[in-house]
Amino acid sequence: MTTQAQGASAPPADAPAKKGKLAIYWAASCGGCEISILGIDTKILDVANAFDIVFCPCIADGKVRDIEKMADGEIDVCLFNGGVRTSEQEYMAQLLRRKSKVLVAFGSCATEGCIPGLANLHSREAIFDNTYQETCSTENPGQVRPQPATKVAEGELHLPVFYDTLRTLDQTVPVDYYLPGCPPESERIWDAIEAIVTGQLPPAGSVIGSNTTVCDFCHRTRTEKKIKAFKRTWEVIPDPDVCLLEQGIICCGVATRAGCGCLCPQVNSPCIGCYGPNGDAEDFGARLMSALASVIDSNDPQEIDRIIQDGIPDPVGTFYRFSLAGSLLRRGKLPARGNGHHHPAQKAGVS
Amino acid sequence: MSDDTFEPKIVGFMCNWCSYRAADLAGTARIAHAPNIRIIRVMCSGRVDPTFVLKALSLGADGVMIAGCHPGECHYIEQNYKAMRRFHMLRHTLRAMGVEDARVQLVWASAAEGQQLAEAIDRLVADVKALGPLGWSRNWAENGARLQALEDIINEHNEAMEVPR
Repeated sequence: MTTQAQGASAPPADAPAKKGKLAIYWAASCGGCEISILGIDTKILDVANAFDIVFCPCIADGKVRDIEKMADGEIDVCLFNGGVRTSEQEYMAQLLRRKSKVLVAFGSCATEGCIPGLANLHSREAIFDNTYQETCSTENPGQVRPQPATKVAEGELHLPVFYDTLRTLDQTVPVDYYLPGCPPESERIWDAIEAIVTGQLPPAGSVIGSNTTVCDFCHRTRTEKKIKAFKRTWEVIPDPDVCLLEQGIICCGVATRAGCGCLCPQVNSPCIGCYGPNGDAEDFGARLMSALASVIDSNDPQEIDRIIQDGIPDPVGTFYRFSLAGSLLRRGKLPARGNGHHHPAQKAGVS
Repeated sequence: MSDDTFEPKIVGFMCNWCSYRAADLAGTARIAHAPNIRIIRVMCSGRVDPTFVLKALSLGADGVMIAGCHPGECHYIEQNYKAMRRFHMLRHTLRAMGVEDARVQLVWASAAEGQQLAEAIDRLVADVKALGPLGWSRNWAENGARLQALEDIINEHNEAMEVPR
């Protein structure tokens, strides 16, 4: 691979090639993005030729302290995956923004919140109740909750503060590029790295990827969409050659950005929208609601309501599975707008 | 929550051919209605993307009215049926997010129904007044604990011991 030589700012052939600095960080995420980066296979060696990986807690040793000591803008590219749920994650987002020339919101979590963002339907209090009290495998008679500050003999210890609302990366700090997907497909990651290395980047603020929808890459036959009932995947075995939406299965392909290679519909499973909205749609759920409403074959308000109630028991999980935090409404309504910060401390039964 | 000084902000999307003309009629006939509504003319209720409603709510509207021609009387044949289906879909989702049904209403008003439209506006405003302000963006406003926590991290890192290499 000759990625370095292709660069617009490539050094003359006789000068020793100067490597760029690459950071890869994770916040509220699952680690799948790192797996996907490693999935570019032997091309990771080309990445290592072009960049020194200065920071990537998931796959290499590194200290926050070393990043703090760097000059501002010293890191050339930072791939940041995960949403921002805690003060520590917000601190790292701010730190890496300051130290990086190019900050990429990497993957669905950083771009639009993804699955961790679905917890935005609840308050921090409700999340803690569930995690530390209510699940059947939890035994916590002292009702111990994590505290932001704890006094011990040696002084005061701090844990990150857990926020009520998970934010996307660009709701926290300015972002240069977006690479959607849960996780981004390895080929798309390579496309992005190649674009960065060769300096052939789209205008700042844009998504590195396609603008068309998953449907454009789907092999299934499409005719007219008119349905009387939405069906859930366990209710039917779909015809492998006919559009899934025409069979009543909620397939998000109509609203979802292409880039995955249409993996799910190929194996008879509907698209669930992990690549986010295509084009410049502001709200994935709104686009999907529009598309699905158009296919309902009824003009009677009662029947329409019944089709929707029966077929879509979990509307937020269906329309905003990957995009609640990044959507226009960002979250469900907080109960008793005190945003819950005072309760855990009061309730704390730390012995 | 329901205080007497609360004047809700209502955004109204009205179709060019019926509802907007109904609003015009209400005006020329001097039919009084609550002044809280800000009317946006669209060519058809079928043009009202759920995005418009969500954006209005997220930017500070307390309620939204979508108004179109009566079913069967759409200037574009059947686009108001699409508006109806979209509205039901949106209401189903907003319910799950905690937005009360009364805040987003779908109304049919023909060009001759200035009186009916004015009454529908009054009803919507009264409903929203009873519910109180929506203030959606306050849902994600974290309090001072967040900034304090960020400062704590910086201080802690500054105090932390240097690890000799």
